[in-house]
Amino acid sequence: MLPYLTRRLLLAVPLILGIIAFNFFLLQLAPGDLADVLASEQGGAAADAGYVAELRKAFGLDLPVLTQLGVYLKNVLTLDFGFSHRYGVPVATLITERLGGTLLLALTSLVLAVVIGTALGLLASRRPGGIVDSLVSVLSTIAYSAPLFWVGLMLVVLFGVHLQWLPTGGFQEVTQVPLRGLVLWGDRLRHLVLPATTLALFFVAIYARMTRASMIEAMSQDYIRTARAKGLSEGRIALRHGFRNALLPLVTMVGLQAGSLLGGSVVVETVFAWPGMGRLAFEAVSNRDLNLLLSIMLLSSFVVVAVNLTVDLLYAWLDPRIAVSA
Amino acid sequence: MSRLIQALMVTAALAMAGQAGAQQKDTPAYGGTLSAIVHPEPPILSPLLNTATPIVLVATKINDGLVDYASDGTIVPKLAESWDFSKDGLTLAFKLRKGVTWHDGEPFTAADVKFSIEEGLLKYSSTGKRIFKTLAKVETPDDYTVVLTLSQPTPVIYRNLNSQALWLLPKHLYEGTDIRSNAWNAKPIGTGPFRFTEYVRGSHIALDRNPNYWEAGKPYLDRIVFKVIPDAAGRAAAFETGAVQFGQQHPITFADAERLKKTGKFVVDTRGYEFSPTWFWLEPNHKNHYLQHLKVRQAIAHAIDRGLLLKTVWGGYGKPAISPIPSALKPFHLSEGLQQYPFDPKKAEQLLDEAGFPRKADGFRFKLTHDFIPYGDDYRRTGEFVRQALRRVGIDVTLGSQDLTTWLKSVFTDYNFDLISSWGGSGADPQMGIETRFWSKARQPGTAWTVVSEYKNDELDAALEDAQTQVDPQKRVEDYNTLQRIVQRDLPLIPLFEVDWFSVYDSRLRGLTDTPNQRADNFAGVYFASE
Repeated sequence: MLPYLTRRLLLAVPLILGIIAFNFFLLQLAPGDLADVLASEQGGAAADAGYVAELRKAFGLDLPVLTQLGVYLKNVLTLDFGFSHRYGVPVATLITERLGGTLLLALTSLVLAVVIGTALGLLASRRPGGIVDSLVSVLSTIAYSAPLFWVGLMLVVLFGVHLQWLPTGGFQEVTQVPLRGLVLWGDRLRHLVLPATTLALFFVAIYARMTRASMIEAMSQDYIRTARAKGLSEGRIALRHGFRNALLPLVTMVGLQAGSLLGGSVVVETVFAWPGMGRLAFEAVSNRDLNLLLSIMLLSSFVVVAVNLTVDLLYAWLDPRIAVSA
Repeated sequence: MSRLIQALMVTAALAMAGQAGAQQKDTPAYGGTLSAIVHPEPPILSPLLNTATPIVLVATKINDGLVDYASDGTIVPKLAESWDFSKDGLTLAFKLRKGVTWHDGEPFTAADVKFSIEEGLLKYSSTGKRIFKTLAKVETPDDYTVVLTLSQPTPVIYRNLNSQALWLLPKHLYEGTDIRSNAWNAKPIGTGPFRFTEYVRGSHIALDRNPNYWEAGKPYLDRIVFKVIPDAAGRAAAFETGAVQFGQQHPITFADAERLKKTGKFVVDTRGYEFSPTWFWLEPNHKNHYLQHLKVRQAIAHAIDRGLLLKTVWGGYGKPAISPIPSALKPFHLSEGLQQYPFDPKKAEQLLDEAGFPRKADGFRFKLTHDFIPYGDDYRRTGEFVRQALRRVGIDVTLGSQDLTTWLKSVFTDYNFDLISSWGGSGADPQMGIETRFWSKARQPGTAWTVVSEYKNDELDAALEDAQTQVDPQKRVEDYNTLQRIVQRDLPLIPLFEVDWFSVYDSRLRGLTDTPNQRADNFAGVYFASE
């Protein structure tokens, strides 16, 4: 187990370096740079001779491309993620500011999706073709195919504007400050409901469908018949024998979802004005804020590597027939 | 006061008369939080480094300028109590207000002004560099006197002395640091009516009342919170639920604005933009084989129904442009005697035939690409409208859709386009935003918003250069009249319409549109009327 872990972690280093380099060159292909963006924001007044060239020099954008990559890699190795010249603050500050919001939203929606999705899937699999199954099928098809922004907006219109039960955007009440303790957490929870639900819906549908399919398959296996013959209760059979075996494809899917957590959902964060990493990354792309974007990608690649590793280890735990070896 | 400034002020006063004063007056009430929309999110809070609208909107509440502009356009005191501008236009002396402190308690003195201009504006502000191009020296005979000496008169300076253009830095926090990466740019210490409290990126910027503000009894509000709401539907929902009470420069879609207006709880107001007139144009690349023909440009101008464009795409918020200088920019705007291109598709076809580009077998005369500025749906729809209009007269137009940075690069660096459309602010003086669109010497590869059309006209250049230093206001106006005549005759670019920006605000709010430059107002006089 330990040698396997070490090997995987060591392999991750060149992988992550490769990802940085790949991203770096990919971004070089996008026309324009930060200096262009900053100069354009000044409107017609920016037409001063040499202004853009000066900016470029100040940001180090006039250096050869490979030198820029070298500078970035060297900084990263000393845990210096650079300075965002657009925001005028270190990249590390920007990312840590957003990390909390992203994790809160992403983890909540992940938990929601897994719990509701598998529960629906289990319910549906009990009587394939029954009323419950049909209902779950229809609902998950809708949730699967409706565009996120539309779902988000409809929730806003219904629960925010019409019923006025929930806030329409933001991550906490910011006009009446300071909120403290339980009130603060209650307020955050209220702000979390709509975006987390929107973000979760798509995966609820996937988990429901997957759980249903794998449960139906698992329940038709010989070992289930054996368990029944032994006289075990139906509930125990379904959960201990069926569900455990049906979990494998689900774990893969949860791993995929978790891997995309840090990237966040630009759409949901935009619709709900949620201060998360997705929007930060999106803005970094459109403003060509290279340092910032590379660092977000670096962090995301860390998460993906870690999640993949966890999923692989989970496999072995869930199904001892899958061997983990160096 | 010199004749020049007097004349400027009088004309400005005439221009603005009748636009202010419509807002009803109540007794100002204290307290309350103004929750406002800021969009897009301001990356930093220093107009010295970036004059983008959202930055100016937030920062000007935190920091006052030397002077400000009243609703009639006249210069009024802020941190400068009085001033003396010499007759030859070469010396500007300001007497500073005593007893003003920065938000951290340090006194505000002439040294701060000198430092801000010499170390800040002249080095890092592109606007500052242009406005103060002829600044010879800054002297501070005592702590409360600042004397600016110019090597040449620069009339444009008088409209650019407020906090938006002449951003003041606290010397004690900036001296000896790298101004561009100074941490205070993101959490400014100012002298204004509101103090910076917190900036949660992606969420909001909060400002609190400055209890030590120099203007006794002001400000009225306890707190201003600028919320970052990236989605237009989200902004409309925020208004409807009462989560925000103010947004400027088209905060929501035209349809939503109409809807909110009908509830009676909101005011949709086009005032407050008098100092930032905006116009929308089509700019042809004169290197293009077809567009270099005057008749083709004239045909394009005739082919577009500006009124219909405004009605269908822009919610009626705007008016057809009859000159390259927006009508709000009095006294410079010329309303008569300019060549016009009314909507006339037949004439357009005739001109295209005369230019030697008859319709071919497929019904089209030639192909063009049109890259609209990717600022959002309204701009895309404008592009689609232009495409339809030009296809109707036989020009096959392909719409280009890029992200903003790509657009900037391909237009302003690579000059790789046929036809672009964009809006631009004229500034409070044509020298700020109009000149750069036509002056051939302003053309600089890689610099956004400079002239890109390849059009060059010596007479036009001469007029623009004369206006830069012309002390006689009448002659200066004549320079810009020349510009308007030449542009309407030669169509180096095609003015389409003037944009009427609107603000949306809670009907209980007062004092929001009292100034001609709402975004740069410090909001010290804004309050909620008690009902």
